[in-house]
Amino acid sequence: MNIQPNDILAKAESLRNSLSTGFRDEIVKSLYTEAENIAKRAVKTATDKKYDFDQRIDRLVTSPYAGLPIMLGLLGIIIWLTVSGANVVSAAIATVLFSVGDFGRGLFNQIGMPWWITGFIWDGVYLGLAWVVSVMLPPMMIFFPAFTFLEDLGYLPRVAFNLDWMFKKTGAHGKQSLTMAMGFGCNAAGVIATRVIDSPRERLIAILTNNFVPCNGRFPTLIMLATIFVAASFPPALTSFIAAGTVVGVVLIGIAFTFLMSWILSRTVLKGEASAFTLELPPYRRPNISRILYTSIIDRTIFVLWRAMQTAAPAGAIIWVLANIHIGDSNLARAIADWLNPFGLLLGLDGVILLAYIIAIPANEIVVPTMMMVYMGAGMMVNGPSSNNEIFNLLVNGNGWTMLTAINLMLFALLHNPCATTIMTIYKETKSLKWATLSVVMTLGTAFVVTFLTASIARLLGWV
Amino acid sequence: MTKVNLPTEHCETCPAFTQLEQMGIKVGDFDRVVALAGNPNTGKSTLFNALTGLKQHTGNWPGKTVTRAEGGFEFNKLRYKLVDLPGTYSLLSASQDEEVARDFILFGQPSCTIVVTDATALERNLNLVMQVMEITDHVVVAINLMDEAKRKGLEVDPRSLSRDLGVPAIAITARTGEGIHTLLGAVADVIEGKIETKPLRVGGTSEFQKAVSELVPMIEQMAPGIPNARWLAIRLLDGDARVQKALSTGELGDIVSRQQREDVQFSGKMSVEGRQ
Repeated sequence: MNIQPNDILAKAESLRNSLSTGFRDEIVKSLYTEAENIAKRAVKTATDKKYDFDQRIDRLVTSPYAGLPIMLGLLGIIIWLTVSGANVVSAAIATVLFSVGDFGRGLFNQIGMPWWITGFIWDGVYLGLAWVVSVMLPPMMIFFPAFTFLEDLGYLPRVAFNLDWMFKKTGAHGKQSLTMAMGFGCNAAGVIATRVIDSPRERLIAILTNNFVPCNGRFPTLIMLATIFVAASFPPALTSFIAAGTVVGVVLIGIAFTFLMSWILSRTVLKGEASAFTLELPPYRRPNISRILYTSIIDRTIFVLWRAMQTAAPAGAIIWVLANIHIGDSNLARAIADWLNPFGLLLGLDGVILLAYIIAIPANEIVVPTMMMVYMGAGMMVNGPSSNNEIFNLLVNGNGWTMLTAINLMLFALLHNPCATTIMTIYKETKSLKWATLSVVMTLGTAFVVTFLTASIARLLGWV
Repeated sequence: MTKVNLPTEHCETCPAFTQLEQMGIKVGDFDRVVALAGNPNTGKSTLFNALTGLKQHTGNWPGKTVTRAEGGFEFNKLRYKLVDLPGTYSLLSASQDEEVARDFILFGQPSCTIVVTDATALERNLNLVMQVMEITDHVVVAINLMDEAKRKGLEVDPRSLSRDLGVPAIAITARTGEGIHTLLGAVADVIEGKIETKPLRVGGTSEFQKAVSELVPMIEQMAPGIPNARWLAIRLLDGDARVQKALSTGELGDIVSRQQREDVQFSGKMSVEGRQ
């Protein structure tokens, strides 16, 4: 006799109907009773520490009043450590790498290499790499270990607990904050982390809005602008605090946009109610320092940096080529930037910034280096500016930047489209061209609208 | 290949000490497949790293492992492939990470499944243990986080647990490596039949048992060689829509063959995707 699946289904159906109602509850009940009895026999509570240390800490960090301030405080401390530490190390690394560049250029000239080989390699590819390493490496080396420490400690689920009510109000899933936390490291990782969300609707919301969390590739941009522009007018003792405060502010704006967009999405294309879920607050565990260092340095820092270098080298090459194709007095890079300039100004930015963003689509982290190289390619400077003052001079006196340019660039960096890796990841996770496209259109649209509005308002009020 | 230097005490005098070798991702040829199951955040990935020498991400939040990672180790001259599954509370749910775990335990036919449990929350963890025991006889329970239990003033008795469950229960602290050799010894004994397990199965009513025994032969006849016919029968009686669909569309056969294929292994792609 050949048995077909339908025969089995029919048999199961009839057997199920023949069983007395409530047989399921019976099974579940006996399962739970059994588990309880077994556990009771196997576990002895030596002391009656009902309210142990963990619980006391949890009461504090998840309390309705202290929970959010503590969270903000921790975020502030991590960012302050990153900002104040990174600036020192960045300048040192830049000095070393740029002098290596000088040496290499000199060597090539000495052995009589054609100018275009020397230029392509040392002023293009190498300069791109040197910039990315000096701008990105220091903040990552501080941020990732600090973040991994909190992760290993067990703090992340507490964040999810604190923010749950807000996500519920916007129609999104409470675990979205876990995926956002991962997004601080890398948005592609944040998108993969959304797998912890069961409901497809809420998972899509988490995927589409993850980009509003600035990733480590974008932190250097924010840190640099916050330090050079916003904090520069304050006394030196306060600089690092003001800069960190500014970056925290930008992060908070990003979180606000996450809520806003989640709210809009769950009332338009992704209609629905927030689903209920249980979240365990795991016990705090003493973080293992050597594993934190391994995870944050090898898996995270080197991984992200290597990816950035892979796109920085060709980007450096492209800029060098664009800057060395001469058209009359100008060059191709300038010409494209000039052509983009009216649109850039409309957004409170300029043509060079937009050109840098287009070249940097594969990886956001190379925007600032790309931008600098285009400015420099216009004959401002041969070598990279290694101190903040030099950068300030280059941007403000040489290229007409204002406070508006800096603020709008920060906003643009926060809101614009995800990098190519993240877009690919979104496509792979959703298996849908539609959602991948929407993730780009939505973020880019937001970035355009917001920067256009701030620029227009600033101009109307006569601030610039 | 590196020798492990797992912390000592009883280990150093134990003959097995030199017999564990981490093989990283070199899992081409292996004699046995062992799956790591367990609730979220019980330390599966930590145990996985300790055994294979790999650096699978670990983090103190439920849901850290979203893909299944594979690695290898050698124990007593036999090669084991170890599969780290995403954490699950049950095998009934259908969210993506839970399905990865369920499909593998069900159809991947591991030689043995280690269910990693949290010593500080044993009762809640036992649910999954009993569900895994519904599916397979080859189960070893690892009671992890013994150090944390001690800190909380809990005393866990592995022998009592073993006796009640009918499968070996071994106390370990994956973070320091304590108890790992005993655990592997138990796994080997279960696979070789030196330890005969008698998994506790919650029966339900006798008419339910009879219904199950009527369905099992039918399923086995339809798909000869299908593992876990008993579990499928129970799920069908329960009206599990996901299992019904898998049965009627023939997807079940696909899953079985896909899970048993050797090339579903730890690949470079997976290691990149797994980075978080």
